[in-house]
Amino acid sequence: MSAPSRVRPSSIEGNTVTATEQGVEPTVQAEGELIAAGTAPLVRRRRRGSRLLNIAAPLAVFGVLIGAWYAITYLVLEPGRRFLMPPPQEVITEGFLDEQAMEKIGDALWNTIEVTFTGLAFAIVIGMAWAVAMSQAKVAERSLFPYAVALQCIPILALVPLIGFWFGYDFPARVIVCVLIALFPIVSNTLFGLQSVDRGQHELFDLHGAGRLTRLMKLQFPAAMPAIFAGFRISAGLSVVGAIVGDVFFRQGEPGLGIVLDNFRSRIQGPELFATIIVAALLGFATFLVFGWLGKLAVGRWYDTSRDGA
Amino acid sequence: MSAPARSRPDTAGSIPSSDTRVLHFRDVAKTFPDGTVALEGVDLDIRRGEFVTVVGPSGCGKSTLLRIASDLSPATSGDVQVDAQRIGYVFQDATLLPWRSVLKNVQLLGELHGMGRSSLNQATRDAIDLVGLTGHEKKLPRELSGGMRMRASLARSLTLDPDLFLFDEPFGALDEITRERLNDELLSMFRTKRFGALFITHSVSEAVYMSTRVLVMSGRPGHIVGSFDVPFGTDRTPELRFTPEFAALAGEVSHALREGHS
Repeated sequence: MSAPSRVRPSSIEGNTVTATEQGVEPTVQAEGELIAAGTAPLVRRRRRGSRLLNIAAPLAVFGVLIGAWYAITYLVLEPGRRFLMPPPQEVITEGFLDEQAMEKIGDALWNTIEVTFTGLAFAIVIGMAWAVAMSQAKVAERSLFPYAVALQCIPILALVPLIGFWFGYDFPARVIVCVLIALFPIVSNTLFGLQSVDRGQHELFDLHGAGRLTRLMKLQFPAAMPAIFAGFRISAGLSVVGAIVGDVFFRQGEPGLGIVLDNFRSRIQGPELFATIIVAALLGFATFLVFGWLGKLAVGRWYDTSRDGA
Repeated sequence: MSAPARSRPDTAGSIPSSDTRVLHFRDVAKTFPDGTVALEGVDLDIRRGEFVTVVGPSGCGKSTLLRIASDLSPATSGDVQVDAQRIGYVFQDATLLPWRSVLKNVQLLGELHGMGRSSLNQATRDAIDLVGLTGHEKKLPRELSGGMRMRASLARSLTLDPDLFLFDEPFGALDEITRERLNDELLSMFRTKRFGALFITHSVSEAVYMSTRVLVMSGRPGHIVGSFDVPFGTDRTPELRFTPEFAALAGEVSHALREGHS
């Protein structure tokens, strides 16, 4: 995973800090400030250097990983057991370039995407409503927060058979699994964001007689946006996990990536199995990136996302 | 302990004339729930066109005066009358909303008060112009210096055209040059708008320079130990700070502060 490579000055004096941690995306705004800082040449040189590093370093790791893969396939595994870890070129030729396999994977991917985003949409609506309710009264928070934590602590996998038992094994049941897995980060991040408003700003609203709704819309929600989007980003990834987990367990209905994975596994189709795993991983990664990008679009102008550290 | 009396104007239409009383405290006391007595026996009257500054050591309850006047935190006992249609409150911190541009921040209070679009736009433009932020309307608070943030905060209160302006050490965090410039700008706003002002500071020089009256407070419990009328008229220039009269008055205020503190 290559992090975007930009350098932003930590202060106007031109001290630079590289934001290379995973997922940290400094605001575009920073580039304008760089030039204004008067130390542009130095900063630019460092920027170019770190951009190269940001591409080269992950590529080097990628190379090592592929090398290790080959080593395991050809040096560790006996020829009869290579289906356990087929070499990369076979994953490409028999997996990604195989029309039949790709058609299966493609259809499954589409089903999984549908489940993922339906689940995520429900999780967002339910999670935010839950958090807003808790933010409005201490008694609501006291009585509802333990259940949000419980949701996080109960192994959802243990509930999956029950969900199938109650709701069948089709689309709705899979969406429910997704929602259960994706809900907590949205609830906790939204609540944290709504409660993180500065006391002085609350008093400003007090002074001018703002009601609950006005306060929520004009103060608490905007202030909570960075936290809310951080929650979305985590939940988006979890929701992909939820969709696949539900699939693997139910093994019925329209096949998603989970069913396809399981089929390839049971038929010992190593390359196809690996190709499916890579597709699933890319789906998770893509949703994470999309929500990171949406968050930056929503709050990047005023909120320095590199302060998240996540 | 008698329940505090607090009254607000109930006639919305009457516009206070220039020497109307806007704030009246009689024997006001404030005790916090933990038993700390923050204020005791405070008498205070402010009329439109008066700029009253309270100086005192940290923690003497100066800010509590403002919180009582604005009803953020009610008095425990005593009589409080606020005869202002609209109160401006400028905090120590600019308290701008970081996601709103300067323009949007200045518009905020008008939005909260349900001011009409066109009058709000006009008031916003005037206020931004008056604090000298024209041309910076689209900037976000993070792009402004501390002084500019404070100007935006002033402009935000100005849109309401308050009759009573409360200032809680608004320039305390600024460097001296910026602070003195903002002192002059606030004075010129005061000359044009003639609101009643209650200004909190711990700078004696700022107090004497800004005010028509300086009150000296002493802590634990907070009470007023001295009152000084400032005879310098309304047209004040920075040179005033270096006149013997200014130094003499500042000396008296400082003396009262030390007396009250010992």
